[in-house]
Amino acid sequence: MSYGDLEVLRGIDIDVVPSELVFIIGPSGSGKSTLLRCCNRLEEPDSGEIIVDGSSITAKGADLNAIRQRIGMVFQSFNLYPHLSAGGNVMLALRKVLGKPKAEARQIAEAALERVGLADKIDNYPNQLSGGQQQRAAIARALALEPKIMLFDEPTSALDPELVGDVLNVMAELKQAGMTMVVVSHEMRFAKAAADRVIFMDGGVIVEQGAPANLFANPQHQRTRDFVRQVEH
Amino acid sequence: MTQYERFLDTFFNPEVMANYFPKIVEGLLVTCQIAFLVVISGIVFGLALALLRSYRWTPVNLAIIFFVDMFRALPPLVLILILYFGLPNVGFTLSGYVVLWLVLTCVLAAFSEEIFWAGILSVDKGQWMASRSTGMSYTQTLLNVVMPQAIRLTIPPLTNRTIAITKNTALGMVIGVDELLNEATTAQAFSGNATPLMMGAIAYLILFVPVVYLGRYIEHRFAWRKV
Ligand SMILES: Nc1ncnc2c1ncn2[C@@H]1O[C@H](COP(=O)(O)OP(=O)(O)OP(=O)(O)O)[C@@H](O)[C@H]1O
Ligand SMILES: [Mg+2]
Repeated sequence: MSYGDLEVLRGIDIDVVPSELVFIIGPSGSGKSTLLRCCNRLEEPDSGEIIVDGSSITAKGADLNAIRQRIGMVFQSFNLYPHLSAGGNVMLALRKVLGKPKAEARQIAEAALERVGLADKIDNYPNQLSGGQQQRAAIARALALEPKIMLFDEPTSALDPELVGDVLNVMAELKQAGMTMVVVSHEMRFAKAAADRVIFMDGGVIVEQGAPANLFANPQHQRTRDFVRQVEH
Repeated sequence: MTQYERFLDTFFNPEVMANYFPKIVEGLLVTCQIAFLVVISGIVFGLALALLRSYRWTPVNLAIIFFVDMFRALPPLVLILILYFGLPNVGFTLSGYVVLWLVLTCVLAAFSEEIFWAGILSVDKGQWMASRSTGMSYTQTLLNVVMPQAIRLTIPPLTNRTIAITKNTALGMVIGVDELLNEATTAQAFSGNATPLMMGAIAYLILFVPVVYLGRYIEHRFAWRKV
């Protein structure tokens, strides 16, 4: 994957098994966001293959819009639609992509918002929600489409420290419910508690990966060691 | 006659007012009608061009940019004269009314295309990504996510442009469209008195002041939910 002449990702080979939580760490600019965006082809990889839930999303003629419904994505900056209420945000794709009638879409939105603890905020607009509530609404927006996998790109980096916990709790519950997740984040405590595997990326390649206990306590590469030391202090 | 009486007699002569009132009203109605048609067709056309441009098909975009730059650069009067006096020479005659409507529509379309386009570009890339990541198509995203946000930003400049361009309906005078200014100047010539022009000015105020306020109101309505 490259931006112009800048090659951002090289030789990435990752297998995520169902219900696994893969945690990706790495310095700024190492290509973590780009990797996630390749997973639903918001970025176009130059070569290689990406298979989600058994079907190749890089195949010629792949139905991208159908595939993307099955891949939930959560962004650092929430990206809620400011002109729609929390419920409207969740309902939009249900109505336009899945063609659900209004009443049914509303029910699904209520259930999704309930799941992230925002049942009473369905009619609030994003600017009437705290950062943590906005991010949980964004998670509900993705969840409502019943994705097979959820991609999180630094979901708590834009939040005040006291709001981080609410979002991480929602993510931990998702993990418990068996959701397959790929999480880019600097929340090492969450990684230790919830991740099945941690991947360390630097300069567009995977430097090393392993179970969180191993990788944090006993990194094999100097670059990983430096990075882990940096974020832990 | 005192200075003051002469002033009143020149600009607010009651007799002339009564005489030409019906003509001024007729002119006002024609101006209203053309202005209304120009606003509707110009903005719809401009919006359509901006939406089309967002698909970034190079040949289409070059054509749109050429059209827009041309109609923004040329004075509307030049275009009106060319169409009205030039086209009949190639066997193609349009009425003054149609020429006025067509030219002002294209000019308003050109300016509003640029305004809508700037609005589309101003919407954060994250909004596109969020929407596309839920399986919404490009067009669905454009219409349901991007445009509602873009339009809010376009209301103030669009209102100003629309008023500026619809005022150009007065140019219809030079090609014999019986709009407000034409009626007023004709009446002024016949009566030898400036009162009809004053009436025309007042009629323009009656037409445009509400539009200015409507613009303010819409601007206000759209601003309160701003993030
Ligand atoms: N749209 C773009 N155009 C050009 N270069 C880009 C673009 N987006 C990212 N890059 C470059 O690609 C590289 C990887 O970026 P990416 O955003 O994936 O890194 P990241 O690991 O997510 O970093 P961060 O921790 O800061 O979010 C960086 O060198 C970045 O400058
Ligand atoms: Mg990033």
